[in-house]
Amino acid sequence: MQDFADSIAIKVKFVLPKLLGASKCYNLIMNKFFEFLNSSVGRKWLMALTGLFLCLFVVVHMSGNLALFKSDGGLAFNQYAVFMTTFPPIKVVSYINYALILLHALNGFYLVYRNKKARPVKYEGKKDNGPVSWSSRNMGLLGSILFVFIILHMGNFWREFHFSPMEVLRYTTNGVTGETQIAAIPYEQFVGPKHYYENGNEIVIVKNLYGEVAEAFTSPLYVLFYVISMFALSFHLMHGFQSAFQTLGIRAQNFKGIIQGIGTAVFGVLIPLLFAAMPVYFLFFK
Amino acid sequence: MSGNMNITLKVWRQKNKSDAGRFETYQAKHISPDMSFLEMMDVMNEQLIKDGKDPVAFDHDCREGICGMCSMYINGRAHGPNKGVTTCQLHMRSFKSGDTIVVEPWRASAFPVLKDLIVDRAAFDRIQQAGGFVGINTGSAPDANSIPIQKHLAEEAFNAAACIGCGACVAACKNSSAMLFMSAKVSQYALLPQGQPERKLRVLNMMKAHEEAGFGACTNTEACEAECPKGISVTNIARLNRDFVAASFTGE
Repeated sequence: MQDFADSIAIKVKFVLPKLLGASKCYNLIMNKFFEFLNSSVGRKWLMALTGLFLCLFVVVHMSGNLALFKSDGGLAFNQYAVFMTTFPPIKVVSYINYALILLHALNGFYLVYRNKKARPVKYEGKKDNGPVSWSSRNMGLLGSILFVFIILHMGNFWREFHFSPMEVLRYTTNGVTGETQIAAIPYEQFVGPKHYYENGNEIVIVKNLYGEVAEAFTSPLYVLFYVISMFALSFHLMHGFQSAFQTLGIRAQNFKGIIQGIGTAVFGVLIPLLFAAMPVYFLFFK
Repeated sequence: MSGNMNITLKVWRQKNKSDAGRFETYQAKHISPDMSFLEMMDVMNEQLIKDGKDPVAFDHDCREGICGMCSMYINGRAHGPNKGVTTCQLHMRSFKSGDTIVVEPWRASAFPVLKDLIVDRAAFDRIQQAGGFVGINTGSAPDANSIPIQKHLAEEAFNAAACIGCGACVAACKNSSAMLFMSAKVSQYALLPQGQPERKLRVLNMMKAHEEAGFGACTNTEACEAECPKGISVTNIARLNRDFVAASFTGE
């Protein structure tokens, strides 16, 4: 007992100050970190790092959505939706992703505010922008369009998928012929997505998000909004992707061309084009 | 003379810092196309003085394109429409007779207008004073070639050192950011061995002065590089970013 009391006393006398000292050090590091983050370069670093993560997300999201183009009654797409919302590592990453979207947007809005404050009186002379790209001058506007799009997009598909009653389908694929039969199941009987084998048949029970998507894309107005938003995505990433590398300080002459090439071809053209192709495909070809 | 031009000028007039300011329209008559823009302004001012009016105040000094003093925002461009020149090296042959030219001061909260077209660029001095120096020993001058420097680094440093601190980068930037100026001042030392002892402290202190002055952040539009009369490259900004991050996390 005495030993125990002694050990406590020793801990209080010697270890505690050290721990406090360590927390002081921690505070110092955190202060430095926040000082860095609040500087204009720090804030731009935050934009660049979150932005590049979101670029990666866009690639993954787009490749998954390609399942929409499959003519299988939505089986692949609905299974993909289940995988994305139940597989734990993806779930963790998706919450990180939501946080980073918010961080990117809020930091962006703050930067726009701070940058506007740096020029209180506008120029009168008609501005000749020379080689300066339109995208680079309108990142705040483009980002705002995308932010509204993301909110509506999540309110539409994400919220409904998670919280609203929705059609449930049972896909029965014959193990021999490979033919798939689709049957609706009452929502009340739905106890979660299932994937199992029965009498040599592969059975998948899932919410029909594919049906929701197909239905949403019957509205020309929604499709138009979607396509406009993808134009915004194109212009936002056309500047954003390569600008992120400049902000991070990665700019060797020969490397710059590669980055600009990827930024324009992949993020400026390919990805927005494939995203925009989805609603157009559903509106006109389904 | 027959080849001479008549120009209409829409010039920003502002009595002092606290005056709201407004545009006034003046005529500059019989202007030789070979005059520099500043000489044309002189002719216009002569006329204003003759008419008993207050002449337009503007900054100028060497009129050779190297001092960085002149600072006019002409027809929506810093230092006017030509590339790689300051306002004093812009000639009236770049305009047509009958043109209306809009002349404004640099616009930035960090560059308050003192009078008419003159802005206070002391914020640049504060950035420079915060870290734009190297520590050297006093005494006899060291041998010029005692420290080996790679040729391409010396060239890069010289290119950065070509910055005359005129502020066109701030004027052209949609965010009124002084990143190009600061990056040139950081780079000219960071590239050379003489700049290494203060390298981390320099970039931290300069950035602090930049933020305190109220300049904006960089959006990488590269308008600064396009407007810089000395062709300072935005590569320097990438170097500044690298150095600042390294110094933030490894500096004392």
